[in-house]
Amino acid sequence: MDVSQTQFSAQLKRYYSFYTVGFIVFVVILGILEQLLVPNRIIGYLFLFATILLYAGIGFMTKTADVAEYYVAGRRVPALFNGMAVGADWMSAASFIGLAGTLYASGYDGLAFIMGWTGGYCLVALFLAPYLRKFGQFTIPDFLGERYGGNLPRLVGLMAAILCSFVYVIAQIYGVGLITSRFTGLEFNIGVFVGLAGILVCSFLGGMKAVTWTQVAQYIILIIAYIIPVVWLSVKYTGNPVPQVAYGYALQKVGEREKILNDKSTPEGAKEESVRAIFRDRAHFAEERLKGLDSGGATFLTQEKGKLEATLAELRTATPPTDPHVIDLAERAVKDFPKDEARARAAWAVEKTGNLAKASPIRAHAEPFAGKDDNAREVSRRNFLALVFCLMVGTAALPHILMRYYTTPSVRDARQSVFWSMLFILLLYLTAPALAVLVKFEVYSHLVGSSFSHLPAWVSNWAQVDKALMAITDINKDGIVQLAEITIGTDLIVLATPEIAGLPYVITGLVAAGGLAAALSTADGLLLTIANGLSHDLYYKMIDPSAPTSRRLIVSKTLLLGVAVLAAWVTSLRPGDILFLVGAAFSMAASGFFPALVLGIFWKRANKFGAVIGMLGGLGVCMAYMYLTYPFFGVNAPKWWGIEPIAAGIFGIPVGIIGVILGSLVSPAPGSRSDDLVDFVRYPNSEGEMEPAAF
Amino acid sequence: MQITAKHRAYWNRNLGVTALLLGIWFVVTYIPAYFARELNDIVVMGFPLGFYMGAQGSLVVYLLIIWFYAGHMNRLDKEYGVDEGEID
Repeated sequence: MDVSQTQFSAQLKRYYSFYTVGFIVFVVILGILEQLLVPNRIIGYLFLFATILLYAGIGFMTKTADVAEYYVAGRRVPALFNGMAVGADWMSAASFIGLAGTLYASGYDGLAFIMGWTGGYCLVALFLAPYLRKFGQFTIPDFLGERYGGNLPRLVGLMAAILCSFVYVIAQIYGVGLITSRFTGLEFNIGVFVGLAGILVCSFLGGMKAVTWTQVAQYIILIIAYIIPVVWLSVKYTGNPVPQVAYGYALQKVGEREKILNDKSTPEGAKEESVRAIFRDRAHFAEERLKGLDSGGATFLTQEKGKLEATLAELRTATPPTDPHVIDLAERAVKDFPKDEARARAAWAVEKTGNLAKASPIRAHAEPFAGKDDNAREVSRRNFLALVFCLMVGTAALPHILMRYYTTPSVRDARQSVFWSMLFILLLYLTAPALAVLVKFEVYSHLVGSSFSHLPAWVSNWAQVDKALMAITDINKDGIVQLAEITIGTDLIVLATPEIAGLPYVITGLVAAGGLAAALSTADGLLLTIANGLSHDLYYKMIDPSAPTSRRLIVSKTLLLGVAVLAAWVTSLRPGDILFLVGAAFSMAASGFFPALVLGIFWKRANKFGAVIGMLGGLGVCMAYMYLTYPFFGVNAPKWWGIEPIAAGIFGIPVGIIGVILGSLVSPAPGSRSDDLVDFVRYPNSEGEMEPAAF
Repeated sequence: MQITAKHRAYWNRNLGVTALLLGIWFVVTYIPAYFARELNDIVVMGFPLGFYMGAQGSLVVYLLIIWFYAGHMNRLDKEYGVDEGEID
């Protein structure tokens, strides 16, 4: 075994080195094609379809009918490679595309995601990975079922696993649809299903084994795609090829610019102020309308519409004739006028807050917890700390990540594998804050103050593609760009980096392929978690324990297909915003799983009743809080201590822990079987009935 | 299986190192975040310190925690004779 495992590892290193070189050659060839004037759209297609084909190819080569290979990749994934697979499994569309943009928009406060999504691995390493590996079964509900005995803990665990994985997978498929539609011009809904096909060919044929080796391949693509443009940008602005070190300089420059632009006594600051004044007027106008609506109701609405129509009529008959463009705008204002009171109220409220936001001074990038007064700052700090906590504990409770530590050859490898996971994840997480600052440097120092007649190419290109990503209008009509005149969508930062850095289109294609790899790899892991949970825990362990291997695999694959199509369908309805969905998944996993899992290993007295109470209580409180406070559900109850719904786990986790402890103490101690299992997972060399080889 | 005094000693040392590392984890996460505003007055290599900790400093400590734990526990396994033998 030891010789073959060493050989296997050496072989893998050789394969993946060849693969990496091959991929770079592929990118270079596309670069040459671009120089030969092959159109950008073709290059985009080549990237997307070549990589999807590649993943499908790996899936096909690693197809398997062996249960241990299908569920846990045969438990022979070396620590280093499992680290890469965890990296790809972990870094989702939100990390790859959204994170740098979130940091750009919210500065220090966005670092909650950076800290939360890395610090959680300390908890994985210290509390879970080695013990779960020693336990050595197939799914996370497996552990709950064996440790606490009976089907109830397993069933509750299964429900929690499916719930948070499903919420999370929707966010991934959304990302897949976004990327395929943007880079190939396919419609969003079609893009979703094309991406889905890529996910399915891989996991369908080879389960965990195929997903593992594809994820390693996807990690390599995504990290190359993320790092290259940022290094380039860093060299361009600072002369230093290590962006993580160099951006201190850029951050200082950004700070200086922020001060100038906020200072009304400087020429540039005065121009910013003139734009802000216009936004303040617009906000004021919206506010007046809202007041009028409060007192006048439907009559006021008709009056306002009448005013617009009168203006339009005047413009049409004016001499000399008005600019047709202005007439267009006036016509649209009449056409888009809200139809009833409720719609008017909503639209004007949005208008008011949007304009007020644009009218306020620039927030310093490095300033933590900005707020209008001490109380607002205190609430903001509280939310930051709570969110960090939820994301960390959630990291240590998401089944699709924990499951990956079942696949290493030994407990020792599982521990080392967490180290490799963290290292590979840090490569991206240390780069994202640097990217955000470098792009901000470009915008504040070069774009602001440039002339509207000579906008940089990347600005005009993206403004044409999608107004939500990049919008720029000369509000105060001075022909010069002011910061307040620019609107940048969070997804733009990563997508536009190659163009900002002045790199050829082929690198933009590479970034798209990287984003797709990030979304697909996470979606793969999640779908497999759901399907494996249903087929292994529900069908095999509870419904038909005598089912033969072949039938178990058929059930698993059928479920995989069903769940995937269902998830794609839900995604095509476009529910909610991605970052909230992801955050919700973390809070739910943290509240539902973490207490029962960790106490199950570290506290022998924890028993079935406690586990069920803790899981249901934690998850229940967390979901109830989200339902009550997230605007989407329309309840809008007052927030407890000002905590945002995304950090609902801050209430769910303590309830979960107290639930497990109290529930266990009021009911009889668990039997010797449970004691034996706990001892079994605690000592790496112990043998017993749980030995995975006995499967 | 039979739990000996040696097993208990191993487990206690494991709990000790786990608690210590968890303490470090807690301190490097929540102290710099709580005092981020105050720490920002100190500037290192162009970075305000509070920002730097959230964007890099704490993250590197996380990596060291995990690295130390893996090495330490793998040695401890051997010392107490609970290691898995030569698997890889």
